[in-house]
Amino acid sequence: MSMEDIRASASRLGIDFSEVDLDSIRLPPGEDFGIISDDEDLKEEEELEFEAGFGNIIVVDNLPVVPKEKFEKLEGVIRKIYSQIGVIKDDGLWMPVDHTGKTLGYCFIEYNTPQEAELAKEKTNGYKLDRSHIFAVNMFDDIEKFMKVPDEWAPPETIPYTPGENLQHWLTDEKARDQFVIRAGSDTEVLWNDARQLKPDPVYKRPFWTESFVQWSPLGTYLATLHRQGAVVWGGASAFNRLTRYAHPQVRLIDFSPGERFLVTYSSHEPSNPRDTHRVVLNIFDVRSGKVMRDFKGSVDEFAIGGTGGVTGVSWPVFRWGGGKDDKYFARIGKNVISVYETETFTLIDKKSIKVENVMDFSWSPTDPILALFVPELGGGNQPARVSLVQIPSKEELRQKNLFSVSDCKMYWQSNGDYLAVKVDRYTKTKKSTYTGFELFRIKERDIPIEVLELENKNDKIIAFAWEPKGHRFAVIHGDNPRPDISFYSMRTAHNTGRVSKLTTIKGKQANALYWSPAGRFIVLAGLKNFNGQLEFYNVDELETMATAEHFMATDIEWDPTGRYVATSVTSVHEMENGFNIWSFNGKLLYRILKDHFFQFSWRPRPPSLLSPEKEEEISKNLKKYSKKYEAEDQDVSLQLSEQEREKRKIVKEEWERWISEWKQLQEEEKLERQKLRDGEASDEEEEYEAKDVEVEELLDVQEEVISFD
Amino acid sequence: MRPILMKGHERPLTFLKYNRDGDLLFSCAKDHTPTGWFADNGERLGTYRGHNGAVWCCDVSRDSSLLLTGSADQTAKLWNVKTGTQLYTFNFDSPTRSVDFGVGDKLAVITTDPFMGLPSAIQVKRIARDPADQSGESILVLKGPQGRINRAVWGPLNKTIISGGEDSVIRIWDSETGKLLKESDKEAGHKKGITSLSKSNDATHFISGSLDKSAKLWDMRTLTLLKTYTTERPVNAVAMSPLLDHVVLGGGQDASAVTTTDHRAGKFEAKFYDKVLQEEIGGVKGHFGPINALAFNPDGKSFASGGEDGYVRLHHFDPDYFNIKI
Repeated sequence: MSMEDIRASASRLGIDFSEVDLDSIRLPPGEDFGIISDDEDLKEEEELEFEAGFGNIIVVDNLPVVPKEKFEKLEGVIRKIYSQIGVIKDDGLWMPVDHTGKTLGYCFIEYNTPQEAELAKEKTNGYKLDRSHIFAVNMFDDIEKFMKVPDEWAPPETIPYTPGENLQHWLTDEKARDQFVIRAGSDTEVLWNDARQLKPDPVYKRPFWTESFVQWSPLGTYLATLHRQGAVVWGGASAFNRLTRYAHPQVRLIDFSPGERFLVTYSSHEPSNPRDTHRVVLNIFDVRSGKVMRDFKGSVDEFAIGGTGGVTGVSWPVFRWGGGKDDKYFARIGKNVISVYETETFTLIDKKSIKVENVMDFSWSPTDPILALFVPELGGGNQPARVSLVQIPSKEELRQKNLFSVSDCKMYWQSNGDYLAVKVDRYTKTKKSTYTGFELFRIKERDIPIEVLELENKNDKIIAFAWEPKGHRFAVIHGDNPRPDISFYSMRTAHNTGRVSKLTTIKGKQANALYWSPAGRFIVLAGLKNFNGQLEFYNVDELETMATAEHFMATDIEWDPTGRYVATSVTSVHEMENGFNIWSFNGKLLYRILKDHFFQFSWRPRPPSLLSPEKEEEISKNLKKYSKKYEAEDQDVSLQLSEQEREKRKIVKEEWERWISEWKQLQEEEKLERQKLRDGEASDEEEEYEAKDVEVEELLDVQEEVISFD
Repeated sequence: MRPILMKGHERPLTFLKYNRDGDLLFSCAKDHTPTGWFADNGERLGTYRGHNGAVWCCDVSRDSSLLLTGSADQTAKLWNVKTGTQLYTFNFDSPTRSVDFGVGDKLAVITTDPFMGLPSAIQVKRIARDPADQSGESILVLKGPQGRINRAVWGPLNKTIISGGEDSVIRIWDSETGKLLKESDKEAGHKKGITSLSKSNDATHFISGSLDKSAKLWDMRTLTLLKTYTTERPVNAVAMSPLLDHVVLGGGQDASAVTTTDHRAGKFEAKFYDKVLQEEIGGVKGHFGPINALAFNPDGKSFASGGEDGYVRLHHFDPDYFNIKI
């Protein structure tokens, strides 16, 4: 019923509609008078799911046609084949017969779960019972769909183009502020970081927006939420509107491709038979159209990483995206293979995976289609461990390095793909302990030279390693004692461009994590967990500490995408103190927000700058000129702020004065009565007594003694 | 200045009270003996022996001659401050939670906990000039609020009684008729149980502390919400400076939730706020457990805090304190 209809019927009944307070109307419970509530839309969606209640039934066609006598034998055969795949329900196998008892050549099988049915379909479609009977298996639900296929092809209707909203509107903020999303309690909220006003500025808030977490797309265009039915992305110019839905029941994890063209969703399903492994479903969607580009299904084991097994579960992301922001390739690791797919056709490159015996780990260069992979030692040390770089799509090995007595390797790419650092843990001669060194690859140089870096104290444990984004430097936290040291190295200094050299070591820090500013140059040395949230803001250009601070119990630290602010937060892993702090890059606390049940803080990423490197250089050279305008603005704001603050304080103080004077007056009026209550004791005031210092001297004893001088 | 540590109790502190002259400090704890102290140097004046349960609250008469204590042993007792002798025992059917002398010390309001099916109650007793004439009769019994009533105090001229408790509502009652006059607004008021309530010296306004991690300042006559002070921890104790526009909040993580981690995790600090601007000024650390009791010396130059750790800490302010500007 529309508003117009209501108005019309109101005037028909002679009711002055403007007098009616709609909010005061309460419907009796369970009665809706045929008015569909706004949530009805949701309900309908759910019903769709129920409709698919035959999802666990398959139809097996092309069975042999047998007479009545052989019915049971055939049934036994079929049951044997299909009960291997999943649990067939009681009376779940039905083979129709004609009036003579002859079978019709097909049967229906009902499983406990749709997953099993689907698996059965996949596994037995095309199953050869004998030469003339090749099974054709379909989902029961699909039969209807096949029946409905019209005989004649009709051209699809073209939907007229409707211009979308500017999804990057937030980048046009006049004050060049950044946004972030927080989740606390049941609310999810997007806010501007208004550092000038020293407070966040709300953008959009919605209770129960997501059922687990929210995630920004890598370029910040979309905000993804997770629901039972699938994932949804939101975005828009002014508010967050629902843009696209991606159906994936019980989706658990999602991952965007770096150029945000594709979205990978993941779910794992409990098997109905406890002996079976979990089933894993992965879908790759086109973000803009919402179409499934490819899906992957299988048992957990197939998607577990690291060949040798032992670790249960799937390490996320299963698919790692390569080739920079073009989203051209994605790859996953399997047993003795690395499967690289390309997004043109969503098939394996050259139709086959790269065979690498015993491969343990791989990672993409963040910018180029280059894979780095690690193979551990084989044959008890007869075959050395190896790290190699592989060019995609040619699958040509660019560089390889053999390493001996290796216990583990970890690969760290620099954000421009210029360098690759491989942290190598090696056994000592006794094999009782390990020590760590680094192999540094210079990817962009001819022949990819490799350099070995060992710490001065070989026995130091490496606690953290981080490249400076877009830079040539890296930081390492190392040490064995509770207060480790932090060293900074540069891949090229002014007088030594080809070699790595140490810049400095700062000793005895309470730090266990490194957070470089996305713009480089600054770094936060953080002591999380047992260090209780120690923060040190360090300038690597000047090699000096800018500030030290503490955010007690901090669990997470994140730089804003421009490198101007740092957010530290205490999430609900701790019961107390939940909330977040915003700091300036140089360690000044700007503001502090406390929220109970604080789950998540996430800055909205920004797409890379459109300025050419030359232009950027020019700006940083003439920074004074450019910054003048902003400095003036800043000053205005801060003046205004202090003015406002003063004004506010004045009002508050005046108000308080009013109360005080009122109280004084009342006090005066009641004075006599109070005296009466106190039996005439006159004073309210305390001035009646005064403190006196009284000195008392008491002579205890007198003695005379003669002291002689020599 | 270095605080004076007064170690006289074996169990967590529950309440602290200065006498009017500010030379004596009375402390109550979960052990059974309230203690009197000299407020300037922290020496013990003496103990008041006789209770057989945790002592929750006390009040001292204007002339510092009578001490009234309320205890979990289902009694409230009157004591001679000077000699420590018991003068009278009020018997109840449930533990007494708070006590307060009215103006003129001729009336006292005592609250009792819900116990064995009995609801909580606010009872008014007449205090006789001569203890020999003292009777245990209640002149008024107020019932109604759900759960414990953690504090009840007299309003101006003994005309009203103000109560606050576990149901997180502050109520003003007529002390003559027992009628409920005012209730704090659900929206503006506390969201969780009220743990403490403290009057200003001139009894024109009062401050309430709550487990909802805030303290609120109210007008005593109209129950108008004047200020709200928010903190990070549940508030167990509140006090107002009689000298400067400062309020102190004490509290911390619930004792049962205190983990074995760093003692800073509990935030067992006494926090000072500007009364008017509602901004935090600073904190005084020291306790190894939540702060359960706070009291300002009537001269405003020192304050005492009592903690779950069993210590009373007596803080005399440094000269700097009196020049704090924000």
